[in-house]
Amino acid sequence: MSTGSLSVSVWRGSKKGRFADYDVPRRDRQTVLDVVTHIQRYIDPSLSYRFSCRVGVCGSCAMTVNGRARWTCRTHVNQVAADGRLRIEPLRSLRVIKDLSVDMTDFFDKWAKAKGAFEPTATRTNDLAAIQPGDFKRRQASAGIECIGCGVCYASCDVVQWNSDYLGPAALNRAWTLINDVRDGGSRERLAAVAGDAGCHACHSQQGCVESCPKHLNPTASIAGLKRAVAWAALKGTL
Amino acid sequence: MSARPDTLGETRLWLAQRFSAAVLAICVVIHLGGIIMTVQAGLTAAEIIDRVGGHAGWFAFYVVFVLAAAIHAPIGLRTVLSEMMAMPKHHASLLALVFGLFQAALGLKAVWGFYRLGGGA
Amino acid sequence: MSHQHRNHPAYWAFVLHRVSGVVLGLFLPAHFLVLRLAVEDARAMDAFLAWTSNPLVALAEAGLVVLLAAHLTGGLRLLAVEFLPWRNWQKTMITISGGVSLCAGLAFLLNAS
Repeated sequence: MSTGSLSVSVWRGSKKGRFADYDVPRRDRQTVLDVVTHIQRYIDPSLSYRFSCRVGVCGSCAMTVNGRARWTCRTHVNQVAADGRLRIEPLRSLRVIKDLSVDMTDFFDKWAKAKGAFEPTATRTNDLAAIQPGDFKRRQASAGIECIGCGVCYASCDVVQWNSDYLGPAALNRAWTLINDVRDGGSRERLAAVAGDAGCHACHSQQGCVESCPKHLNPTASIAGLKRAVAWAALKGTL
Repeated sequence: MSARPDTLGETRLWLAQRFSAAVLAICVVIHLGGIIMTVQAGLTAAEIIDRVGGHAGWFAFYVVFVLAAAIHAPIGLRTVLSEMMAMPKHHASLLALVFGLFQAALGLKAVWGFYRLGGGA
Repeated sequence: MSHQHRNHPAYWAFVLHRVSGVVLGLFLPAHFLVLRLAVEDARAMDAFLAWTSNPLVALAEAGLVVLLAAHLTGGLRLLAVEFLPWRNWQKTMITISGGVSLCAGLAFLLNAS
């Protein structure tokens, strides 16, 4: 059942470009991804955008909707366009390839720079590590491991905008979960990788990441944990 | 592989910033408390100089206060300059260092002058 | 691009902290300079104290005290965020208690002039 129409402004182009306006029929339980898909299928097939699962699991459909980074498949039009107007842009702080698609290379490069990969210490011949789920370090790790690398926090962080070297909330959050993983052997290098003005020390606890994370993770808390761990290592002389 | 020298340096700056912040928190409370009390009591310049001026304890307190501020403010300024003025980090660091030395000099001169005026040294 | 993503409390706390820090950082050298001048000449010191009873100056002073208290309490909040385990209510508590002490201090100061 259609209930009127939406005025949708969509970014077209790359770094240089313009907003193009479209009228999209409004429907019950419509998501912003539905709106973008409608434009591409029925109005302008040259519109470029990304999506995959369309059910809030993969994070591919992240875009800036009315100024905030969101998963478009999990953003109902009623939530954000009460007055029937939508403004859709690509994610902030990442190079725009075309229209609503951004280049995630920097985002994942920084993940690697923060040593966001597990460094195993055991082999298949060892017994399984016995870690209690209620164990303090395990709880700290578990609080941050649901990250799917969608980039919404990165696009919502002011420090990322002001400091192009800043590793960003997602990469640092991942580093923190690994530092709390007792099976991992790479913490010494990891602490060195996340320290300094490009790392955890650049975070001003503004919590744009916390406000925007669709999985309700808390990168600010993880980064605070990194600050403590790095400070401790620096004072001990092991950094 | 330990931290690259600049990362270690930056970590130390951060630590100095937080440590001086804690020191300043205490100093500011004492300073503000003192000012509020003197203003309420309506003290004149001569009375202030008499009570606080030549006093070795107050002198030591204000030296610590000035030095903590001269560490804390420049490090903050360095961040603001590099983030908001698009200034390269090493320029911001240099400017901050100069500002810090300038501030320390001015502050210590003022504290010393006050101490001597009250009959200290 | 609009900045809707900035409209939340922790962001405003950051803005306040940064603005107050810059203002205080610029104020300090002036403060030291004035003190030194006053110290070197007792009459200048008395004249200076007289000048500070001017209502506009008193207002500016009060403004500085507010900024100082704001920077201090915001800073304590940050120290708690960074050094203590994360508890949502802790950070709000500090800000609230900071606000209260700020008002109390301000009331005293304004009362005195």
